[in-house]
Amino acid sequence: MSSNQMRTGKPETFTYDDEIVKKFVIATLLWGAVALLLGVTIAFQLAEWRFNFEIPWLTFGRLRPLHTNAAIFAFCGNAIFAGIYYSHQRLLKSRLFSDVLSKVHFWGWQLIIVSAALTLPFGITTGKEYAELEWPIDILITVIWVVFAVNFFGTIIRRRERHIYVAIWFYIATIITVAVLHIVNSLEFPVSFTKSYSLYAGVQDALVQWWYGHNAVAFFLTTPFLGLMYYFIPKAVNRPVYSYRLSIIHFWSLVFIYIWAGPHHLLYTTLPEWAQTLGMVFSVMLWMPSWGGMINGLMTLRGVWNKVRTEPSVRFMATAVTFYGMATFEGPLLSIKSVNAIAHFTDWIPGHVHSGTIGWNYMLISGILFYLVPKLWNTELYSKKLAHQQFWLATFGLVLYIVSMWVAGITQSLMWRAMDDAGRLIYPNFIETVIKIVPMYWVRAIGGTSVLISFIIMMYNFYRTIKQASVKEETIYEAYALDASSIEAHASAHRKLEGVPMIFSVLSLIAILVGSGIEIIPSLLADKYIVKVSAIKPYTPLELHGRDIYIKEGCYTCHSQTVRPMAHEVVRYGKASNAAEFVYDHPFQWGSKRTGPDLARAGGKYPHMWHYKHFWDPREMTAGSIMPRYHWLFDQKLPYTGIPAKMRVMQKLGVPYTDQQIASSIDDAKAQAKTIADELAQSGVPAKLAEMEIVSLIAYIQRLGIDYGSVPDEPAQEEK
Amino acid sequence: MEILIILMPLALGMGALFVFLFLWAVKRGQYDDVETPKYRMLLDETIGPMDPKKGKEI
Ligand code: HEC
Repeated sequence: MSSNQMRTGKPETFTYDDEIVKKFVIATLLWGAVALLLGVTIAFQLAEWRFNFEIPWLTFGRLRPLHTNAAIFAFCGNAIFAGIYYSHQRLLKSRLFSDVLSKVHFWGWQLIIVSAALTLPFGITTGKEYAELEWPIDILITVIWVVFAVNFFGTIIRRRERHIYVAIWFYIATIITVAVLHIVNSLEFPVSFTKSYSLYAGVQDALVQWWYGHNAVAFFLTTPFLGLMYYFIPKAVNRPVYSYRLSIIHFWSLVFIYIWAGPHHLLYTTLPEWAQTLGMVFSVMLWMPSWGGMINGLMTLRGVWNKVRTEPSVRFMATAVTFYGMATFEGPLLSIKSVNAIAHFTDWIPGHVHSGTIGWNYMLISGILFYLVPKLWNTELYSKKLAHQQFWLATFGLVLYIVSMWVAGITQSLMWRAMDDAGRLIYPNFIETVIKIVPMYWVRAIGGTSVLISFIIMMYNFYRTIKQASVKEETIYEAYALDASSIEAHASAHRKLEGVPMIFSVLSLIAILVGSGIEIIPSLLADKYIVKVSAIKPYTPLELHGRDIYIKEGCYTCHSQTVRPMAHEVVRYGKASNAAEFVYDHPFQWGSKRTGPDLARAGGKYPHMWHYKHFWDPREMTAGSIMPRYHWLFDQKLPYTGIPAKMRVMQKLGVPYTDQQIASSIDDAKAQAKTIADELAQSGVPAKLAEMEIVSLIAYIQRLGIDYGSVPDEPAQEEK
Repeated sequence: MEILIILMPLALGMGALFVFLFLWAVKRGQYDDVETPKYRMLLDETIGPMDPKKGKEI
């Protein structure tokens, strides 16, 4: 390709914007600590529920979404931006497109994170995993992401290096895909500034959600980090990547396969069989490019393995790539239906996720930071010894985490499915299977604490490093502009076309989005898309409000609402779920983890009084329960007047509420609340209960599975 | 499963976009040479770490 000796004329001089990289580095360190602290907190809450101190906004269901959002978008997000902005400029020999956009990007992203911290713990959530942020924040994310994209692609257009290094391709895939995923999954209809309902319902919502959820892992936690790996590992050891050709194959095969694997999160659900198989096949195929990448990363270290021992940056990155290999082996394994049948809904999945987020992301970020911080602040690392201690604490903690979750997951799953010859469950009481694995929850919490301590050591190490920083003169670089003299004949035409692919990407993206928007909205609102099983009716006004409490409290972080068609599940919970059941569920609440039992058939299982006592203190009804208390629902007034607005939005989304029903909704809700309160009053519960939110939650739980229960056992067919 | 009406075109559209980007890259000669880029990325400093006072590489 273009070689510099051929060029004539004067080279251009320029500088890089490293101030913005420094900002993102600091943000990475701060939010990383927050994310880990939150993780450790909720880990202890599963071992001992009292660690929520009975404060509503500290309970598991509220903090778990904050933990995942903080880890993914705050910690990993800031690290990605730091690494991309540093490497992008150097790979393209160009300062970032706009200093102003860089700053808007930085502060905008921090604003998003702060908004998350100020909403999620207070129950302002959409109830869709990994996409819990409410619609105003979703819009802000979109805007800031576009700012990032303009800054990023603008730099490509202004580049002085013709070849686009493989790392940049990984970044491109990240930016495009995350934009599409975020927008499609976040389509929601506002009820108020802090409340909205997903445009999709039930199975459809589930499919969109996991198409997003899976690809968020792929394109937020994997592709950008692979790009960073391809830049920072060669840089750290000052050796070329093992095979550049392999890296290109790695990129393109990954990009084409990843997007199809989402349905592996929905195996054995009511998602059509073929979609499940598609997801499974593509997931298994993913194994190949992933390992190609791992081998490529590790082989780059050939001949300099000693640096793994001596250089913290190399040690962390090599470990990260190894864990990447482990996680990308485990992932396809978990997508195989028979393995998934055992692992799904258990603690094996959080274990798997953390071998990715701690083993791959945290380790790689550490490696990158050990390379970057001394360079950016023009100094030496304060202490290698501390770095090595950090390494061992992190690895130790992670191993405890993974192993304890393997044990917990498999143990509990085997207990769930254990049946005797007569087809009876050997452990019919769900709580037995919980108590059995609580020791493992302690081990996990200790492992997490060890990782947190390791992180704090790193913060201290960098604090001391930065403190001893010396002032740096701004380095001036020079390179030739890309122009006619820099490349082969016809170059001027090429030069003109330089911006075309960028413009094309943007235009086609807009086209995709507008096109699907036009298709999506009418089709979702049209009646014919609502599958009709006459027995399945929309929620009553009171139940609808109760469902919002369920979403608000994050019950879906511990409870699933979908019974898989397996003998032991049918015996334990009831009839297997059917797609028709969920048509009014905006958003769906299938959940992904059974820390508590499935609730799809909870309606009518116990009297109101049972739930009343159970929500007051679960241990009153179930000794040894780890479910939080929800005592504040007993003295929070139920805002009846807000119900009609919610129903109107549901009506717009296609739920067949009549105007008449909406008009009388407040009275209807009060009447239903009264029947529940009256029944409870017979057992001496004060009558004021009809005013409180708890009645609506009880009403909702008592409705679950009731309609479908009345359908004859032949599986309901779609009657169009 | 009407949602597939949206998801399939979307996934295909994104696939098509990446196919386009791939063809663009090939056509523009991005992959004509898969050897030197891996060395060049290591050398980004050597063209001109032009700090006149220190001459120190970044
Ligand atoms: C920390 C995880 C966790 C959270 C959060 C949680 N639960 Fe539970 N839940 C459990 C566990 C464990 C059990 C089983 C032990 C028991 O009966 O308390 C359970 C049991 C239940 C049961 C009884 C189910 C049965 O069939 O016996 C209901 C109903 C229930 N939870 C509803 C809820 C609701 C509603 C919320 C949200 C307001 C919620 N839970 C939040 C863990 C949780």
